[in-house]
Amino acid sequence: MIRVQREDFDAQAEARALVAGNHRVGGVVTFVGLVRANAGDAAIDAMTLEHYSGMTERELAKIEAEARARWPLEATLVVHRYGRLVPGDQIVLVITAAAHRHAAFAANEFLVDWLKTKAPFWKLEATAQGDQWVEARAADDQAAKRWVAE
Amino acid sequence: MKVLYFAWLKARAGIGEETVAPPPEVATVGALLGWLKARSPGHAHALADLAVVRVAVNQEYATLDAPVGPGDEVALFPPVTGG
Repeated sequence: MIRVQREDFDAQAEARALVAGNHRVGGVVTFVGLVRANAGDAAIDAMTLEHYSGMTERELAKIEAEARARWPLEATLVVHRYGRLVPGDQIVLVITAAAHRHAAFAANEFLVDWLKTKAPFWKLEATAQGDQWVEARAADDQAAKRWVAE
Repeated sequence: MKVLYFAWLKARAGIGEETVAPPPEVATVGALLGWLKARSPGHAHALADLAVVRVAVNQEYATLDAPVGPGDEVALFPPVTGG
């Protein structure tokens, strides 16, 4: 399941609802991404996430389908926020549920790695030196690529 | 054809969305980018370094040799930074 929204989310409530009544589930992995207060040495006052409505949902759905094809998952949920956020705010939620922990852990990491390099979101950081667009990190590309070889 | 610009491409091009009618020989993404560059100094600035421009045609990632035509939605944006 995919949701792209401005509103905050409750990770615990989402996880409970996702697996409610499904007693094949033996493990649930929940990842929550937060806004950091710094980018390198610069302090961040706020961050605005822009996205390409329509393509974002399509890309996230493709990534989710890929995860479900690779691992035996009982349920998945990706929630990504957009709009203005401040340090400490939640940005992204990825929940994976499976009969056994390995699939849930691996699929969760895969989903986070891939959405960072595929889903059309862009971060604009507000700092004391002015607004600046975040540049893509080579480390994120590397993290996503390691799943190709496996 | 609808062209969308996101993030700093939008700021540099000075426009978020425009409808364009390039000549028929502009039939690929690469040719379209070349044609768009000539529209304004802002467009030229936005598209100066194509190594940092990603393209989607009808909301699917596309390469420079991908075909484009009337009715397509072409989006231009920097490498993504979500998550």
